[in-house]
This record gives sequence, C-alpha cells and structure tokens, in this order.
Amino acid sequence: MIRQATLAVAVMLALGTGIVLAGDGKRSGYDDASTETRAMQDDDAANPGFLWVAQGEALWSAPAGASSRSCAGCHGDTAAAMRGVATRYPMFDSTLGRPITLEGRIQQCRTERQGAPALPVESDAMLGLTAYVGLQSRGMPMAVAEDGPVRPFLDAGRRLFETRMGQFNLSCAQCHDRLAGQRLAGSTIPQAHPNGYPLYRLEWQGMGSLYRRLRNCLTGVRAEPFPPDAPELVALSLYLAWRANGLTVETPAVRP
Amino acid sequence: MVRVLINAPKQVRVREPFEVKLLINHPMESGQRRDTFGQAIPREIIHTLVCSMDGEDVFQADLFPAISANPFLAFWAVAARSGALMVRFTDDQGTTQTDSIAISVA
Repeated sequence: MIRQATLAVAVMLALGTGIVLAGDGKRSGYDDASTETRAMQDDDAANPGFLWVAQGEALWSAPAGASSRSCAGCHGDTAAAMRGVATRYPMFDSTLGRPITLEGRIQQCRTERQGAPALPVESDAMLGLTAYVGLQSRGMPMAVAEDGPVRPFLDAGRRLFETRMGQFNLSCAQCHDRLAGQRLAGSTIPQAHPNGYPLYRLEWQGMGSLYRRLRNCLTGVRAEPFPPDAPELVALSLYLAWRANGLTVETPAVRP
Repeated sequence: MVRVLINAPKQVRVREPFEVKLLINHPMESGQRRDTFGQAIPREIIHTLVCSMDGEDVFQADLFPAISANPFLAFWAVAARSGALMVRFTDDQGTTQTDSIAISVA
C-alpha cells in the first residue's frame, strides 16, 4: 500500500517535471497565434515591424555623436557583422561585471563609442535599431550562455520568475510554466518565450521591447513594474531568453 | 514625413497584374479617445490616398477613423510602360506626402 502510494507520488513528480520545459516541446508565441497574425508575420511586406526595421537600417549608417561615426563605420555590413548576435543576448559583459541586454549594448555603443546622447527607452529609434540588428539573426536558434560568470544572474532571474508578486500574488511560472496552453479569458497563455523581440503587438498598435511586455505583465498582476534600468529586468530577461534556447529568432515578430 | 514601405515587383510584364502592398507608419488616431486627463484626443488620420503608375491613377482610397494604426493596403494593378509607382496621401493636418518606387515593364 505504502509502496503504491510512493509510486503514485513518483509518477506525479515525474509528470510535474515533464511539464516544466523538457527541452523540446517549447512553443513559440507564433504557434499559439491566429492564422491571420501568423500570415502578417510571415510576409515581410505586411509585417508592420518592418517600418521600424527600415528606420533602424537608416540609423545604422547615420553618423551620430561627437565621434561622427555610424554603427556601420565600425561594424560594417550588418548581414555579416550582426548575424547571430541577437541569439546570444542578454550576455555577460566582463567589464561591467553583469549581463547586458541587446538594447543595453546598443545604448553603450552610442554613449561610449559614438559619444551621442542615449536613446530614450522604448523610442522608435531604439526599437528600430534593435529590430534591425535582431533581424540579422532571424531563423537562427536562441543560444544564450548558461555557464560561467552569468550563472548567478541566471539563477536570480529564475528566482524572480518563480516569485509571487503583486496584489494578485502570482508568479510568472504559475501561468507560463504550469498553465501554458490553457486560456486566460479569450487568449491562449503562451510559454513566454522572448524569441521575437522587439515585436509588433496588435494590441499596442506599435512596436515594443521585452521591457514593455514585462511592464505589462507586472501591472497585470498588480505589481509595481521595475524601472527600465533595474538589474532585476536584465536578470529576468536573461532567464527568459535562456529558457527559450533552441527556439528560432523571429524578430520582428507579430503578436496579438 | 512618415515612413512608407512600398512593396511591388521591380520588374513586371506588360498588362500582367501585379500586387502592390503599402505599409504606412501613421497613428490613425480616431478622434474617439480621451487622454488620461479626460481631454479628447483630436482626430488625426490619413483620409485620402492615391496611387499612380507613370502618372496614371491606378488606385484610390478614402480612409476612415476605424482603420488601425500603421495601415496596410494591398491592391493589384497593371502597367503598360515603365515608370514610377507613386503613392500620395493626405492626413487631417493637411500634409500631403508622396513616395515612389521605380517599376520597369518588359
């Protein structure tokens, strides 16, 4: 009897862990989107994200700041220089001693190397540049490092993901790990993989970064959102990106 | 100046229909919404759009407030000779913008 009960518990545990990210079985938000939304993402001529990509492309070769250098001035041709770059972010920066997001890296290049004023968070220019760089990795699998100095930050991100927050007292994991694929009102709960950012969201009628998405989620559970430069956001973005490893980059994605 | 993406084949055959896809970066503010202070946000939409091929109108549209931001328009056209595919639109502020791409007809 006791043995049977132990077996039952073991089976339940195995099932429980099976649901949580078994490596494969990862579903991009694309897979849960409607046929129309997918068609919009699939056709570059219909994907509104390309309006921002076009802006990013123009900015890439526009000289900026005291150095009067453009991104292209150092990096050259984007297709070659930026290929696969977005798959590795957020990545550890040894000089800073902490991980940095792709937006953070672009900002760092701008302020430190170009000597230009920082681009405002969530500005069209910032979204455009990130989308343009991200596009060069489209179709490549996410490959965020998990070992080495980045480990403690990844663990911090995981803890945040599993921490209950806000007046609703909900953690990210409760919905996006355990209830993914089920419904929240009319929408399917996605697995929360950030493989298409910055993306065009129909609800926003505009482009947004992962930061905007997380701010939405946090206010959704009635928690105070982290400020844009909070280390918690980088840790959480890092964990989410690592969690999506293996899924292909879809930047600029279209989501409902 | 708002950003406009015109997608059409660079080369088409004489009198063979080809598809033109337009994406325009525009807020298309309906005029029905209020801001956080309760003030009405004035309407600001593109209301007229004309597309011409080598000076000849091939497509014309009146747009209304129910059209979402960053409108996407697609239509089919035929061309008799090479020239510029030109898009011209006017918004509520009275600004008219023109964008074009070259299409060669073989």
